[in-house]
Amino acid sequence: MKRRAVRRNLTAHAFLLPFLCVFVVGVLAPLMYSVNLSLYQERMIGGMVFTGLDNYTKAFKDNLFHAGLGRVALFFAIQVPLMLGLALLAALAIDSGRLRAPGLFRIGIFVPYAVPGVVAALMWGYLYGDRFGLAGEIGDLLHTEVPDLLSESWMLASIGNIVTWSYVGYNMLIFYAALRSVPEELYEAAEVDGAGALRKAFSIKLPALRPALLMATTFSVIGSFQLFNEPSVLQSLAPAAVSTNYTPNMYAYSLAFDGRQFNYSAAVAVLLGLVTVIVAYAVQRTTARRERML
Amino acid sequence: MTTAAPGTVSRSAEAFTEGAPRRTPSRRRGSRGRPARRRPGRSTSLTVAMGLMLAYTLIPLLWLAISATKSNQTLFDSPGLWFGDGFHLFENIQDVFTYDHGIYLRWFGNTLLYSVVGAGGASIIATMGGYALATYEFVGRRVLSAVVIGAISIPASALAVPTYLLFSDMGIVNTPWAVLLPSLASPFGLYLMRVYATEAVPDAMLEAARIDGAGELRIFLTISLRLLAPGFVTVLLFTLVATWNNYFLPLIVLNDPELFPLTVGLRQWDSLAQGGAGAGATPILPLVITGSLLAIVPLIVAFLFLQRFWQSGLAAGGVKQ
Repeated sequence: MKRRAVRRNLTAHAFLLPFLCVFVVGVLAPLMYSVNLSLYQERMIGGMVFTGLDNYTKAFKDNLFHAGLGRVALFFAIQVPLMLGLALLAALAIDSGRLRAPGLFRIGIFVPYAVPGVVAALMWGYLYGDRFGLAGEIGDLLHTEVPDLLSESWMLASIGNIVTWSYVGYNMLIFYAALRSVPEELYEAAEVDGAGALRKAFSIKLPALRPALLMATTFSVIGSFQLFNEPSVLQSLAPAAVSTNYTPNMYAYSLAFDGRQFNYSAAVAVLLGLVTVIVAYAVQRTTARRERML
Repeated sequence: MTTAAPGTVSRSAEAFTEGAPRRTPSRRRGSRGRPARRRPGRSTSLTVAMGLMLAYTLIPLLWLAISATKSNQTLFDSPGLWFGDGFHLFENIQDVFTYDHGIYLRWFGNTLLYSVVGAGGASIIATMGGYALATYEFVGRRVLSAVVIGAISIPASALAVPTYLLFSDMGIVNTPWAVLLPSLASPFGLYLMRVYATEAVPDAMLEAARIDGAGELRIFLTISLRLLAPGFVTVLLFTLVATWNNYFLPLIVLNDPELFPLTVGLRQWDSLAQGGAGAGATPILPLVITGSLLAIVPLIVAFLFLQRFWQSGLAAGGVKQ
């Protein structure tokens, strides 16, 4: 028996070995490297000097970092509820069985997920333009002036639309899967007990959806706070509206590759990672607490 | 940290894999894998409302497809959602393939390599690891599970800059390895497989196989892998999308255009087009539009092709509960 336990131990380790190797190279080592790097500064005299948390205190006071963080926080507060709300409505509609051709809706709304973020941003960037996109034409059709969607005041909303378009179907599928996992017997039992559609929605569908909502929200936190691709692509269309520090990730990128400030850039990246993790954790907590309340 | 309740992930997997194991016995399913619910009447108004949403997701792609049939001049003087004069799609495709000594085809090949090797490798590695976490008691299991869950909440893009610095110390920046190595590690894939394997591979079946004298590796290859197939396909889809769409990392670790994936290459063309380049022999804008369209097609084909596998109704009924 004991010998067998040892052998299984070895088997398990052998199965996990490939993952551990790539995990160390792809995740753990860069993480350690980044933390280590952020604790040093390059000086004119003396080269690399250990400066402890200096880079972090600098980032805390850095207005450019704050501005980017504020932008992604605002993005998260507005875009995520809108996107998840739309996805939820779509999932409920498809699950309700009252649609014609539900399969078409399932695939059609999901398709944008297969479009690379960069391509989506390029495409929408052209669509927003009035030169050969659709924005100008829709304006002509309605006899109104469509605002410049690539201007500074509209940029965040325009990016929000691109992200919503890309991920609404993906989230819909997650919600739809959760709804489908509800056994038919539950609905039948509820009907026998005289539950109406509303009652069924709140007492059966909502509890079934909660874990999926939590997962979708958590991934959306990561997506929002790490925003990079879409604004970075739109930058070439609207250089005036998208600064190099538009999002914290763009700031970290430009610090490293335009400013050659690798140590400070590492500190900004680590700090952004921490903020992302904290917000994701906070989202988990609120949901869990609400669940306890119910 | 980011622990979704157990079952969440396997449910999201079910969205793709119609035949995932269920805890609850249910009646025979129709072809859609959905029990025949006593349906209320079909609603036209709901269908119309959802049609608006479908229009929102599909019209931009329609615009892209129509725009790919236009010459540079036609782009500017024809309505966006209708064809202009002449059908220039094949000319455009030819221009895309021949521009700059056929660099686009290089990018396409690179993307294919990074995706197939990266996503395929990541899925195999995650399946083996997730299976081991789910079925074996071993030293360090708890710690490893906690580390993996923590790693899910570390966004990949936060690691891109340090990855570049680390790899440049190792001397592998500007090689395919710089893109491939990080994409082989998928903590989320491992987590998904662990949850999936817990439900899909019954312990009793493993015990029965052991009593019959099968070794662990043979059990994995002949029994477990089949049960894990839908989960594997799901992880493969996630990682395929992630690697095909990867932009931030290759942008940072590559500077040789010969090694670019499509995303970085198209972005470069777009910069040229915005910079007013292309006034010369070949205007660039139609290239970006047609090149974008061609970059989308393979992934959509992959989705439709893999759909056959999601439908595989793998019965987890090898054991009488």
